[in-house]
Amino acid sequence: MMSVLSYATFFLVFVAIYAIIALGLNLQWGATGLFNVGVAGFVATGAYTSALLTTPQETGRVAGFNLPFAVGLLAAGLLAGLVGLFTGALTLRLRRDYLAITTFGVSVMIETVARNATPLTGGVFGVQFIPKPMQAWLGTGFEWNASYLAMSLVLLALVYWGLERLLESPWGRVLRAIREDEDAAASIGKRVYLFRLQSFAIGSMLMGLGGALYAHFVGFIAPQDFLPILTFQLWAMLIVGGSGSNRGAILGSAVVWGFWSASGALLRAAIPAAEQARAAPLQTAIIGVLIAATLLARPRGILGHLQSGGRSKHG
Amino acid sequence: MLQLVADGIIVGSIVALAAIGLSLTLSIFRFSNFSHGELLAWGAYLALVVNGMIGTSSAAIGPFSFGWGPVFATLCAVAGTAALAVGLDALLFRRLRRQGSITLVIASFGASLVLRSLLQYWQGGVPKYYSESLQIAINIVPRSFHGGLRLTADQMLVIALTLVVAACLHGFLRYTLLGRSMRAAAANPDLARVVGINPERVFLATWIIGGSLAAIAGVFAGITVQLRPTMGTELLLPLFSAVILGGTGSRISTLWGAVLGGFVLGLSESAAVSLLGAEYRPVAAFVVLTVILLVKPNGLFGDKSA
Repeated sequence: MMSVLSYATFFLVFVAIYAIIALGLNLQWGATGLFNVGVAGFVATGAYTSALLTTPQETGRVAGFNLPFAVGLLAAGLLAGLVGLFTGALTLRLRRDYLAITTFGVSVMIETVARNATPLTGGVFGVQFIPKPMQAWLGTGFEWNASYLAMSLVLLALVYWGLERLLESPWGRVLRAIREDEDAAASIGKRVYLFRLQSFAIGSMLMGLGGALYAHFVGFIAPQDFLPILTFQLWAMLIVGGSGSNRGAILGSAVVWGFWSASGALLRAAIPAAEQARAAPLQTAIIGVLIAATLLARPRGILGHLQSGGRSKHG
Repeated sequence: MLQLVADGIIVGSIVALAAIGLSLTLSIFRFSNFSHGELLAWGAYLALVVNGMIGTSSAAIGPFSFGWGPVFATLCAVAGTAALAVGLDALLFRRLRRQGSITLVIASFGASLVLRSLLQYWQGGVPKYYSESLQIAINIVPRSFHGGLRLTADQMLVIALTLVVAACLHGFLRYTLLGRSMRAAAANPDLARVVGINPERVFLATWIIGGSLAAIAGVFAGITVQLRPTMGTELLLPLFSAVILGGTGSRISTLWGAVLGGFVLGLSESAAVSLLGAEYRPVAAFVVLTVILLVKPNGLFGDKSA
């Protein structure tokens, strides 16, 4: 019984973290129609920022500032938001898929730095001993996991509530107007570029926040945690759940993460141990097929509103 | 110094060949195909597999490291990769074309992951080589002059063939009916349809050309570096940078724009490797991309409306 409960806690923490990131992606894509292919890069920015700020000092390393968890979380959001601002400022006036290419480039850059700037990021070995908040009181067992789950769920609820409010506000209505008809929105004096830039930066901040939550939960990060497959899983979550709907993003996170965990368990059970390393890529292929099948069969996802990116002269 | 430039031009020819195909798909279908890099990797591995099946008994041609066997294997890989591109379109892209360019970008991103995973499953992650034997580099410029220059015959062939292929494609786009139809469809798809150009024929030709060139680029990358399942993904950012640098659209000059872009990318990677070290190679493509987006987002030869 305890082991089931313990696994469920583990599983749900990941769902909550992915849901926060997927909500950020939904703001960018679902609400604004901005295509981000570099989600993993923004998540990594947040994870590394918080990890480097909160880990204790160590000889031979540039980073390690021993700062509180809350500072790390805040800085993670801010820095990921800044990267988003830079990316958006560079591309949001141009063709829509130039943004996609640039976000891809940004994620390649961030991976390159994470992998090679060893004094700062620990290189391929990553950052270890990332502090787990409140561990002095809660220990390392189930209590800590359950508390972390509670905190993640509270943060998720706050993000959800904030985004719902934001999208109902005049600001959100302008975003919707831009998505439906960019020229009409521009003709009544709305500065399309600025609204897009703000939406992209806020979405990036949420991705950074999710990355930091991941880092402090697992306690260890390395470049291979932030490969393009992460971007792809998040897109699958948004598309399966239904882009344009915040509840869809959360539901999709649970469905796709469940699907991913189950297919991993199935592959481990069905394939002999010696073949498992070789068969690991098949799991990726399965999720690729899932996303393509959803696009073909149910382009609006389970709970989606968005009609294929809306009309836009950049289409 | 000279050697760095030469290395850059060799990498540049690989990028250029693949960039021509990517630029064509971007101009005709108007979406950024994130699975183009995987076509390159599949082409490289298909050639390896065919070459393994026919054996390496054939004698080497002239100064090159390979005989007629690998040439035949490359032709098979070209056909196979073109078929893969056409199949991908029939299975996925064609059905999503009405939903707009961004849905196609998502789909191509998914397709790239599936193709790469399948390749990794099929061939394993360990780097492979076409030939185990070392080739002797020919001394072209003595060491006393700017560090000298040494090239293998294979490397010289790669550079020469890239230019020949680009010139042939130029002729095709300039003089044949199909090539001119392709340019018309790139300039204005609706008008092209009105004058009786069958868009499906244009689409088919675009995938065949794009897939074929990607396969050749993949084989060249395999000859000059090595084969890895991630080789296509690693070239994706340089490819996009080269395409945006050259510009997209209906003009033939965008073809040479993609070639020029490829060489610029190869040379800047070479510079990045010597300045920052090999592990920072991707920085070059990102810097070129950033600069071109800031300074001339339509590229050097692109249509104004891009």
